[in-house]
Amino acid sequence: MMIYFDNSATTKPYEEVLHSFMKVSSDYFGNPSSLHRIGGQAEKLLTQARKQIAELLNVKASEIFFTSGGTESNNLAIKGAALKYKNRGNHIITTATEHASVREAVNQLRDLGFKVTFIPVDEHGRINGKDIEKAITDETILVSVIHVNNEVGTIQPVEEVGRILSKYPKILFHVDAVQSVGKVPLDLHRNHVHFCSFSGHKFHGLKGTGILYIKEGIRIFPLFSGGSQESKYRSGTENVAGMVAMAKALRMTMEKRERNLGQMENIKGRIMEELGKTDGIILHTPKDHSAPHIINFSVGGVKGETFVHALEEKEIYISTTSACSSKKRAASQTLLAMGVPEETAISAVRISLSYDNTMEEAEYVIKTVKDTVKKLKEVVE
Amino acid sequence: MIYDRILIRYGEISTKGRNRHLFVDKIKSSIQRVLNDFPDAKIEAGRDRMFVVLNGENGREIIERIKGIFGIQSLSPAIKTSWDLEEMKEAALNLVKKVYKEGDTFKVSARRSDKSFPLRSQEMNHTFGAHILKNVPGIKVDVHNPDIHLQIEVRKKNAAYFSCENIPGPGGLPAGSSGKAMLMLSGGIDSPVAGYLSMKRGLEIEAVHFFSPPFTSERAKEKVIQLAEILANYNGGYFTLHIVPFTEIQTLIHKQIPQNYTMTSTRRLMMRITDLLREKFSGLAIVTGESLGQVASQTLESMYAINAVTSTPVIRPLVTMDKEEIIKMAKEIGTFEISQLPYEDCCTIFVPPAPKTKPKKEKIEQFESHIDFEPLIEQAVNETETIRIKPGRKQEEEFEELF
Repeated sequence: MMIYFDNSATTKPYEEVLHSFMKVSSDYFGNPSSLHRIGGQAEKLLTQARKQIAELLNVKASEIFFTSGGTESNNLAIKGAALKYKNRGNHIITTATEHASVREAVNQLRDLGFKVTFIPVDEHGRINGKDIEKAITDETILVSVIHVNNEVGTIQPVEEVGRILSKYPKILFHVDAVQSVGKVPLDLHRNHVHFCSFSGHKFHGLKGTGILYIKEGIRIFPLFSGGSQESKYRSGTENVAGMVAMAKALRMTMEKRERNLGQMENIKGRIMEELGKTDGIILHTPKDHSAPHIINFSVGGVKGETFVHALEEKEIYISTTSACSSKKRAASQTLLAMGVPEETAISAVRISLSYDNTMEEAEYVIKTVKDTVKKLKEVVE
Repeated sequence: MIYDRILIRYGEISTKGRNRHLFVDKIKSSIQRVLNDFPDAKIEAGRDRMFVVLNGENGREIIERIKGIFGIQSLSPAIKTSWDLEEMKEAALNLVKKVYKEGDTFKVSARRSDKSFPLRSQEMNHTFGAHILKNVPGIKVDVHNPDIHLQIEVRKKNAAYFSCENIPGPGGLPAGSSGKAMLMLSGGIDSPVAGYLSMKRGLEIEAVHFFSPPFTSERAKEKVIQLAEILANYNGGYFTLHIVPFTEIQTLIHKQIPQNYTMTSTRRLMMRITDLLREKFSGLAIVTGESLGQVASQTLESMYAINAVTSTPVIRPLVTMDKEEIIKMAKEIGTFEISQLPYEDCCTIFVPPAPKTKPKKEKIEQFESHIDFEPLIEQAVNETETIRIKPGRKQEEEFEELF
């Protein structure tokens, strides 16, 4: 049996989602900006997709902006806010364990003259809200925090950060919820969040689809200029079929959460417990404040890459840390920030679950991992 | 949810002497209409209060449905007890505990409309306040800005009502209590607001829209239907929209009327047709989104020349409002974004380069007297398409399987 345990890299699109994509692409292919009926239908579909997503996220339809994915949403929020509000100040705060699309976006802004503070994390990968407050200066205009870390699954205290920032009306708050949506709920209106990024292919939608939530009344400097789509914030002909498919994927994911969250938590608990007591395995995912779908661990002395290929032979698919950085040989930034020694960090691998994974698959993976660890150890020692 | 009913307070109608039961009946039927699919919820209407008794139905959803109904001043999820003091204390404590968060302050406001209840209002405040202070660790009293405001109403027949939340309603008069009027709905920002405000005063509104294909597009019509759907939300999901085919009349005006008077003439004909539809559908007034002095069509001279075609009352709810106020209200009622969509409508096509800002009634009457509009008007009225919007419309189902 083939076991796909790499759902934080990407998920398999649901059949129903593909059906919507195909049907919209062939039957409602119009450009929403066209004045005729075919354009009108496409626009209606786009409006309905926006409305459904807004309802699922508990925000207003006018606060939902469609993008091409998590990377674009993160860039649009961070650069768009920084450039729009640069007259208010030039200081940005973020954390040491952000996704590359946040980290590199702020680095680019630093090259343009902004000042950036990276808040450190503890050994569990968690920041302390008080450190954010301490880092705030008169120049601070933006704070960006990842909700669930994509490599180890740590949940950051965004509620606490939101509460702190609510006292600073000048500072905008961006949350990267790419890994958390559908897994760890977040009330955007209540937690003082101004921007929030999502990516369709992480919840069984299609690649090239994403969402940026922008709180009502907040403006950004657009990164794409052109035909003024998405209320001028993101020009370019809308990917209607992709957005309809994403709206369906989000609904289905939320529904599956209702039914299968318990099962996912059990699977994660079981894997953590079994791997935790296996000789030669070091768990990096913390027991508390971590998402229900990510488990990160190192196999002492074995490079992550070797371990991934060893499991692949048994048709088990997992990752070395995040998919984006796994082709580079560098050790995981997140693990290094948590204080994990480099030689351990380079042997880290990540299991990430979907609501469709079963305990049976988990048992097989546990057994295979244990066997593989034993075998590889014999080779390296 | 520990609440068992929703307490509804009336606004202005509480002061309407002998007519009151008519108004109460109207509110009751407005509520009844939106609660059709909650078969177990029962409405108990009284002279100055109404209750929706939940009988296990979802209170939150019911509140969402009814909180926009005109005639409602405010509403509160509530729980009913007898006059038994222990039972009352327990209900009060449960309610407060349910909403209490660390650090919250509270206040008790008790009143008794039946003076045979042994405790006076002040005594009730003390008794229940003390009970809560004793049993909720950390809670404090703040009579000026409480986080939790516990309201107790002791009424006759051994009944007392407890509530912690006061949700404001829109006020106004209940739907249909003031008769029927026709709204001239263009698709712009103003006319939906005029419609909303007149509905709030208890008018039953049917909208009239002028459609001139190919000069105005199918999408302009769609836009008006969307606006009508939003107005329907303030009327229990029901709304009637008349779409008048106007191309031929508009073409004729452009051929026959001097350019600087075409706008005046167009509006006069729209008003004549609206008036005929009003008669056909038994209305007593026309509502427009006109206000004073913004554009050429809205000078007093223009209004006079247009209004001269009818003696039917023309209600202009926006006449005293500034543009900013109108936009703010359009945003509040949710029509602004749709009104902003950039499609040509009946008001924006054929705008002459220099419309007469002070048209003369005598002149336009003279121009029009040479043209026989009657057969075209009759045809337009006969060919008017009537769309009746109802809750759970077909449009959304069309794409349902895609979502």
